[in-house]
Amino acid sequence: MTDSTVTHSPMDHGELPGHQVELGADAPLRLDSGAVLGPYTIAYQTYGTLNADKSNAILVCHALTGDQYPAEAHPVTGKDGWWDLMIGAGKVIDTDQFFVICTNVLGGCMGTSGPSSIDPSTGKPYGLDFPVITIGDMVRAQAMLIDHLGINKLFCVIGGSMGAMQVLEWASKYGDRLYAAVPIAGAPRHSAQNIAFHEVGRQAIMADPDWCQGNYIPEGKRPRRGLAVARMEAHITYLSEPALHRKFGRRLQEREKVTYGFDADFEVESYLRHQGSTFVERFDANSYLYITRAMDYFDLAAEHNGVLADAFRDTQVRFCVVSFSSDWLYPTIESRAVVHALNAVAANVSFLEVQTDKGHDAFLLDEPVLHETLSGFIDGAIRHSGLSL
Amino acid sequence: MNALPTIGPLRSDLQLISDMITPDSRVLDVGCGDGALLAFLAQEKNVDARGIELSQEGVNACVSLGLSVIQGDADTDLADYPTDAFDYVVLGQTLQATRSPKDVLETLVRIGRYAVVSFVNFGHWRTRLSLMLNGRVPVPAGNQFGWHDSPDIHLCTVLDFVDLSEELGLKIDKGLSLDRNDRVRQIKTGSHMANLRGEQAIFLLHRE
Repeated sequence: MTDSTVTHSPMDHGELPGHQVELGADAPLRLDSGAVLGPYTIAYQTYGTLNADKSNAILVCHALTGDQYPAEAHPVTGKDGWWDLMIGAGKVIDTDQFFVICTNVLGGCMGTSGPSSIDPSTGKPYGLDFPVITIGDMVRAQAMLIDHLGINKLFCVIGGSMGAMQVLEWASKYGDRLYAAVPIAGAPRHSAQNIAFHEVGRQAIMADPDWCQGNYIPEGKRPRRGLAVARMEAHITYLSEPALHRKFGRRLQEREKVTYGFDADFEVESYLRHQGSTFVERFDANSYLYITRAMDYFDLAAEHNGVLADAFRDTQVRFCVVSFSSDWLYPTIESRAVVHALNAVAANVSFLEVQTDKGHDAFLLDEPVLHETLSGFIDGAIRHSGLSL
Repeated sequence: MNALPTIGPLRSDLQLISDMITPDSRVLDVGCGDGALLAFLAQEKNVDARGIELSQEGVNACVSLGLSVIQGDADTDLADYPTDAFDYVVLGQTLQATRSPKDVLETLVRIGRYAVVSFVNFGHWRTRLSLMLNGRVPVPAGNQFGWHDSPDIHLCTVLDFVDLSEELGLKIDKGLSLDRNDRVRQIKTGSHMANLRGEQAIFLLHRE
C-alpha cells in the first residue's frame, strides 16, 4: 500500500488536494456483482486531528455528484465546499474536536477508482469495463480505508441523500465499527420513481453521440450535452415546486417579452442550462452512469427477505434520522420506514422531519433546525459514549 | 458545551409519574413535549430515556438536549416496537388526543411491562357544574381550545378509564388523583369520590 498526494486525475483536473491510497493489491475487493477489483485507489480528504486513541473520527459520506471536498474551496470550480455550513471549527461537525474523513466514492471521478481510471491490465481508461458497483461496494472500500488508517471504531458516520444510503449500509454491515449514524434525506431503497429519474439521465448520456459507447476518453470526446441534460433533469428533483417558484416564478431572462422561439426565455431555463454546463466541467459521464446504477440497486431490506428491521437486529448504534417535509425525491415516508424498522429492534433512534419548502437539497442549505438538532444529537452522543475530547 | 443542562423542578403531575418509575429502567414517553420528564428521568434516575413527540419544536428541543426522540404519534408510531421493549411506557395527557385510545392503551401495555397514563378527568365536579350551569361544553383549565378546534377528541372520566382497563383485562397497580392545589389522593377502583375531586388522574397499570 502506498500513500501519496493526488497526482493523477482521470478528469485532468491536475494535482488535487488531499490524499490518495492504493488498496487491495494483496486482498482485492469482492464486489456484490461477483467481480473482483484490486488494486484500487481511494482518494480522500481529512480535516481536524485524529486523537491518540483514534476515537474521534467522523466519516462524512457524499451524495451522487459530491466529492471528498465538503469543507474547502472546490479544487476545480473554486466554489465553497458542499457542506461548508456543517463542517469546520466551531460548526456542527467541529473540526476542533473531530477528525473528519471524506472519501470520493468507488466509481467516482475525483481520484478514487472509477470508469475513467486507468485499467492496469490494459493501460487505458476502464470505460464500461469497470465493474458495476453498489452502495455496499462503496462502503466496503471505505471500511478498507478506515482499516488502513488504523481506526477501529468511527464515532459517527453521517451523510445526506446517497450519503444517507452509505450511512445505513455502514450501520447494517459494520454496526460494531461506528457509535452513531446520521442518515439525512435518505431512503432504505430506491423507489420506482427514483430509478425512473435516473434512467432518464442515463439515456440522455447514452444518446449523446460523443458518448461513443462509453469510449469517449480514447476518442478524445466528452458527452457534454447528454451529461448536462442528465444534470438538468436531476436538479429539478432536488428542489421543490414552491422553491422553484419562489426563486424564478415565470420571470424572463434578460428580456422584456417572450421571443416565440426556443432560446432560454425563462430564468428557470437559463438557470438549468447553467447548472448543466458547469456540472460537465467537474463530472465524468460514465461515473454518472455507474453511481446512479449503484443507487438504483440499493435495497437494504431485500438482503433480509424484505424485512428491513432485520438489517439492524441487535444494533448498538445510536441513530439520528432526518427528513425534509418538501423532499419529494426521498420523501419523509422513506425515513419513517427506517425509523419504524429501528423501533422494531428497539434501537436508540431520534427522528425529525424538518419543515421546509427547499426540497431534497435542504440538507446542503442553511436550515437552522437541522443544525440545532444535529448539534444536540452529537453532544448527546459524546456524553453517552464517554468520548473525551 | 457537553454537560447536561440543569433540570428544574418538575410539574406536579410529571413528578408523580416520575415517582412510579424505578431507576435504571427503560422508559418511552409518548407525547414527551419538550422532554422535561425524560431529561429528569435520565439525569435523576439513570433511565434509558426515549420519546415520541408530534411537534417539530418539541423533537428539536429534545434532541438538542441529547435525548432520543422520534417525531411521530401514538396512533401510528407505536405498533412496530417489540413486546416488552420498555419497562415503562408513559402517556402523559395525550390519551384524549388519540384517534383510538383503546388500541393505543393495548399497545402501551404490550410494548411496555408497565404503562403510566395520565389525563384530565372530565368527571371533576367543576366540569360537571360548568356544563350544568352554563350549558356549554366545559373546557378544562389551561386549555386554549374551544370544542370545535380542540385536539382532545376522546375526553374521559376516571370511571370511563377504569372501565376500559377492565375491558382490556388490565391490572391497575396504582391510581392517583391530583387537584389544582397539588393535593394528591389515592384512587380506589370504582370510587365516585375520586372521579368528583380529581382534576387529573394518573394510573400505573400492566397486562395480566
